[in-house]
Amino acid sequence: MENIKLHYDVIKDDFSCAGEASGKIKKTLKGLGLDSALVRNVAIAVYEGEINMVIHAEGGCIDAEISPDTITVVLKDVGPGIKDVQLAMQEGYSTAPENVRALGFGAGMGLPNIKKYSDEMNIETEVGVGTTITLKFNI
Amino acid sequence: MKIRELVSVIDGEIVYGKDFVENEVFSACGSDMMSDVLAFVKEQAVMLTGLVNPQVVRTAEMMDMKCIVFVRGKRPDMSMIDLAEERDIVLVCTKLEMFTACGKLYENGLRGASGK
Ligand SMILES: Nc1ncnc2c1ncn2[C@@H]1O[C@H](COP(=O)(O)OP(=O)(O)OP(=O)(O)O)[C@@H](O)[C@H]1O
Ligand SMILES: [Mg+2]
Repeated sequence: MENIKLHYDVIKDDFSCAGEASGKIKKTLKGLGLDSALVRNVAIAVYEGEINMVIHAEGGCIDAEISPDTITVVLKDVGPGIKDVQLAMQEGYSTAPENVRALGFGAGMGLPNIKKYSDEMNIETEVGVGTTITLKFNI
Repeated sequence: MKIRELVSVIDGEIVYGKDFVENEVFSACGSDMMSDVLAFVKEQAVMLTGLVNPQVVRTAEMMDMKCIVFVRGKRPDMSMIDLAEERDIVLVCTKLEMFTACGKLYENGLRGASGK
């Protein structure tokens, strides 16, 4: 079987559409008959990343590749980058402004959640340029 | 309990999903913080929330939840109902506040779910 590749653009500040890419990836994985717990882990991790791209960055794109034994997802945004990744990874750390909190985000749980639900997580970030998060999930 | 019973326990109104009222649900969570909900997966079928925006439905979607209960008389708008419809998620409104709605459901057998 050839690897399945998916690509989605994530648009800045489009809060109502945030989650569209994650939902589509989830649907594709489900359609492949993968284990539902695995599918959910991928969906949650990618969704948290997608929301971050919308609320903290200027949007970007998400690429997913599904091979027989791994799901790889790359979330790449253009934006402010993350100054202190170690700090950002801590549960409860958030710079989300009040208007984002009012929408139910900004608990500082997103990045820790992504780590928890993925098998591998790598963050590359440059202040003033953007952030790329690469996730791997074992099938 | 069946979703039908859940609705009657909290004196709720089904805004979408009348076709699914016979489905069984066993566990629930209550929160206005979506990342908190996303942090604790354990087959929770129901989310109670006072938050009204599309991300509530999307969070439920990612978590494979079957039903969202909006407390304190909050009502989902049309865009949320459309999202729920595409995903077969039942939307229920109740005038009860969060604490009371959770308490009544707990009393009737619904349980919480602890972290991963
Ligand atoms: N893509 C990103 N670009 C720039 N900064 C980011 C990005 N993702 C996360 N951050 C920074 O890292 C912090 C922690 O992110 P995390 O997702 O854990 O929490 P949050 O988004 O603030 O709240 P939550 O995810 O619980 O809704 C953010 O508040 C923000 O400062
Ligand atoms: Mg986040």
